[in-house]
Amino acid sequence: MSKTTDTTDTTRPGPAADGAANETDLGAAGAQLSTAPKEESVSTLPAMGVIGWIRWFWRQLTSMRVALLLLLLLSLGAIPGSLIPQTSIDELKVTDFKAKHDVLAPVYDKLGLFHVYSSVWFSAIYILLFISLIGCIVPRTWQFVGQLRSRPPGAPKRLTRLPAYTTWRTESEPEAVRDAALAMLKKRRFRAHSPRDGEVASEKGFLRETGNLLFHIALIVLLVSFASGQLWKSEGGKLVVDGDGFSNTLTQYDDFKAGTLFDANKLAPFSFTLDKFVGTYEKNGPNRGTPRKYEAHVTYSEGANGKDKKGVIKVNTPLEVDGSKVYLVSHGYAPVVSVKDPKGKEIYRDAVPLLPLDSNATSTGAIKVMDGYRDAAGKKEQLGFQTMFVPTYAGKGKGSMFSTYPGLDFPVMAVSGFHGDLGVNSGLPQSVYQLDSKHMTQYKDSKGNKLAKLLLPGETMKLPHGEGSIQFVGIKQWASFKISHQPGTPFALAGALAAIAGLAGSLFIQRRRVWVRAVRGEDGVTVVEMAGLGRSESAKLPEELADLAATLHSVAPSAPDSAASAETPEGAEK
Amino acid sequence: MNLAAATNENLAHISNVLIYSSMAVYTLAFFAHIAEWTFGARSKVGRTAAALTETATAAAPAVQVKKQGGGTAVLDRPKIVTRSAAGSRDVPDGPGAAGGSEKGDLYGRMAISLTVLGFLVEAGGVVARAMSVQRAPWGNMYEFSITFSSVAVAAYLILLIVKKNVRWLGLALVTTVLLDLGVATTVLYTKSDQLVPALHSYWLWIHVSTAIICGAMFYMGFVGTALYLFRDRYEAKLARGEQPGAFAESVLSRLPSAASLDKFAYRINAAVFPLWTFTIIAGAIWAGDAWGTYWGWDPKETWSFITWVVYACYLHARATAGWKGRKAAYLALFAFACWIWNYYGVNIFINGMHSYAGV
Ligand code: HEM
Repeated sequence: MSKTTDTTDTTRPGPAADGAANETDLGAAGAQLSTAPKEESVSTLPAMGVIGWIRWFWRQLTSMRVALLLLLLLSLGAIPGSLIPQTSIDELKVTDFKAKHDVLAPVYDKLGLFHVYSSVWFSAIYILLFISLIGCIVPRTWQFVGQLRSRPPGAPKRLTRLPAYTTWRTESEPEAVRDAALAMLKKRRFRAHSPRDGEVASEKGFLRETGNLLFHIALIVLLVSFASGQLWKSEGGKLVVDGDGFSNTLTQYDDFKAGTLFDANKLAPFSFTLDKFVGTYEKNGPNRGTPRKYEAHVTYSEGANGKDKKGVIKVNTPLEVDGSKVYLVSHGYAPVVSVKDPKGKEIYRDAVPLLPLDSNATSTGAIKVMDGYRDAAGKKEQLGFQTMFVPTYAGKGKGSMFSTYPGLDFPVMAVSGFHGDLGVNSGLPQSVYQLDSKHMTQYKDSKGNKLAKLLLPGETMKLPHGEGSIQFVGIKQWASFKISHQPGTPFALAGALAAIAGLAGSLFIQRRRVWVRAVRGEDGVTVVEMAGLGRSESAKLPEELADLAATLHSVAPSAPDSAASAETPEGAEK
Repeated sequence: MNLAAATNENLAHISNVLIYSSMAVYTLAFFAHIAEWTFGARSKVGRTAAALTETATAAAPAVQVKKQGGGTAVLDRPKIVTRSAAGSRDVPDGPGAAGGSEKGDLYGRMAISLTVLGFLVEAGGVVARAMSVQRAPWGNMYEFSITFSSVAVAAYLILLIVKKNVRWLGLALVTTVLLDLGVATTVLYTKSDQLVPALHSYWLWIHVSTAIICGAMFYMGFVGTALYLFRDRYEAKLARGEQPGAFAESVLSRLPSAASLDKFAYRINAAVFPLWTFTIIAGAIWAGDAWGTYWGWDPKETWSFITWVVYACYLHARATAGWKGRKAAYLALFAFACWIWNYYGVNIFINGMHSYAGV
């Protein structure tokens, strides 16, 4: 090759020039190494007409550049949801935030920033992205099928311009070299053929494209199963005290959420009883009080009248029954209290679940005696008691009612009593843990102070003037469960695994072409040229070519050094 | 306190001593690297500026000829001539930190030996920690940090063993490892401790270990990308015939070529991306078991997702006209920033379900 005629070599595109030049340069040989959509400049405005515009818009939407921008937008759009409280995660925090920021909050509200992941704009981003994805995959798949059925393109004129190149001279006949090359490449699982005399074109690594398509299709499967899961899912919470049970019907739930297509009649008919909740905590050392074990021991039965089975629900191991999963969510204490009327008759006896306030299970709650009580004068009234409970009391004179350890070492309950109207029938929703004392009067002791007492298990607080009494009988624990049914998950999992497999194929496999040319030179000796081209630069390509060349070279060894010129043609030894 | 607990205290103590010792060794490695770079600066072997103009002829075929016996030339093995892809410069790699200086090279070798030693000591510290807590050594940020840096060093040493050209990473790596360990031992230190029930799961082994490996590898990709950006600007200057600054001339000229750095970063990021995908999916499965929701947009989950999407952006950009090169590199930097924020920022500044891991 003479340097003077080869002008293209000296005018290499600089780094600013686009890599796309790579493919156009090589003509057909470099074409179709992938099915990525062709890039067009945005400035090529469409021909007039609605169809023209639609086509233009569609081409933009399904271009790599717009896909990239949408991906970037997706990542940026996900950020606010991690910084601003979200209603789907913690309603309370949102309310707090709104109370604190009266200027920002309405703006955030308008922008949907309290529910980013279901907001209009976030949905718009990912829906556009997935339309783009589908619009991209379908034509790519067709194109790929076409490529699979066609043969690798013939060699470019100048093989020297390819990323990996080698040549030698041999005395073997060009036909023999070609046949040997064909056989060798086929043996190495290249798709090889001979488009012209003395030339072999071959290609390998179609799995890369397959993997890439599989990955993108898997993303769609993931999204669809995620979305359908949202439509059909159901999820509810239930608080159960030791010894109590639950059966899976709507009325039994404390709270319940379901997708729009959920059918309440399809709730799996199972039930369980909480035999005992066990919580253990670190006893000593600086980590005293750190939880070690939470276990809910249950007896459950599948179906309407299945056999009883024993099970343990732990934080990381939900119970799977009838296609639903029962998770252990939280736990707390439920003191058992007994309330007696002035005549000494027990009118209320129950375990009252309390709300834990801190990691040492300082708990608070309310005992509401709705009916059955008549005061000493015989008047019908409702009673309410506010309680604080600590499983481990610091001791008299040592600070206030705060627990020092989450286990039951020194349980103490503080109660204060009210009588009057609990207001539960007012129609307003009421927290079970709070007493609405608006229409109630607090009991006072003989000195006129508010009546309040610390009770140990078994102890009783008498109400003044013989109005009755309340006894702290004992302590049970409660556990709350989440019962959820998520129909899409097996598909989502399959999609996820397919995505990983596809990615691995796409990123680890090289799609590459190898050409071999053997022609008789002017001096009658055969010149063999080999060159390789890959989609992305890879160190493996030259290595593979070297390997192939060595193999072929053993069949068609170098010709004896006829002319000294063969030593270093044009002094280009590198 | 019972006997087992005493043993554990002992092991925890041994672990701390080992971690501090490894910091001392890494500090020595750091100074050895500095010496390598310093001596290398005085050597004038193989400068890029000169090399830049020489390469245009490289594409011509070359045949290696070996004389054998009676003067017959036999081609031993056909020699492969490579060209970088169009659109990138044909610039050879720099000579490395030692810059061809023998003394520099000696110090460089010492630095690597010290890094190996530091790694062994640090790994010992991690193992002792694991034995003292009798679980995977990544239950809180302190443990996460010490494991993270030992994995990063291990990955670097493995690349060296398989003869990849990564010696240029040494100084940056040792510096970061020292920083990481410094922060871990001072700010993040947590007494060895059992885990809260939510972390009792074999998913801890799977999900967290892959997350750490991903982080360590992404970090190397990050260093490659950052250096690529500097080196690329330096090469562009040379190509325009301008004179780079003294610092660039001395330091950047010794680095691998921009194309090599870029390729290095791409390969690492591309290789880790499927593993990162797996990490997130494993996390989702664990979350499903632990909290009853596979995906709840908890801040940690959200930032893992963001990191994933930005790395996907980066891989995409490399296949998109007009986005290759520097623009894609900026995306890679952003992606790594998201990873780091997810690791430190989210644990420290945002309260989510993950923050119980004992900052
Ligand atoms: C849901 C959003 C998407 C994600 C997360 C995603 C992710 C990825 C990733 C990680 C790669 C790198 C794999 C490789 O280099 O082979 C890739 C490649 C690719 N993506 Fe996407 N992608 C998305 C959407 C799209 C869309 C909408 C298009 C169509 C415009 C598209 C077209 C491509 C093409 C053609 C490649 C192969 C590039 C090549 O040949 O090197 N992707 N994608």
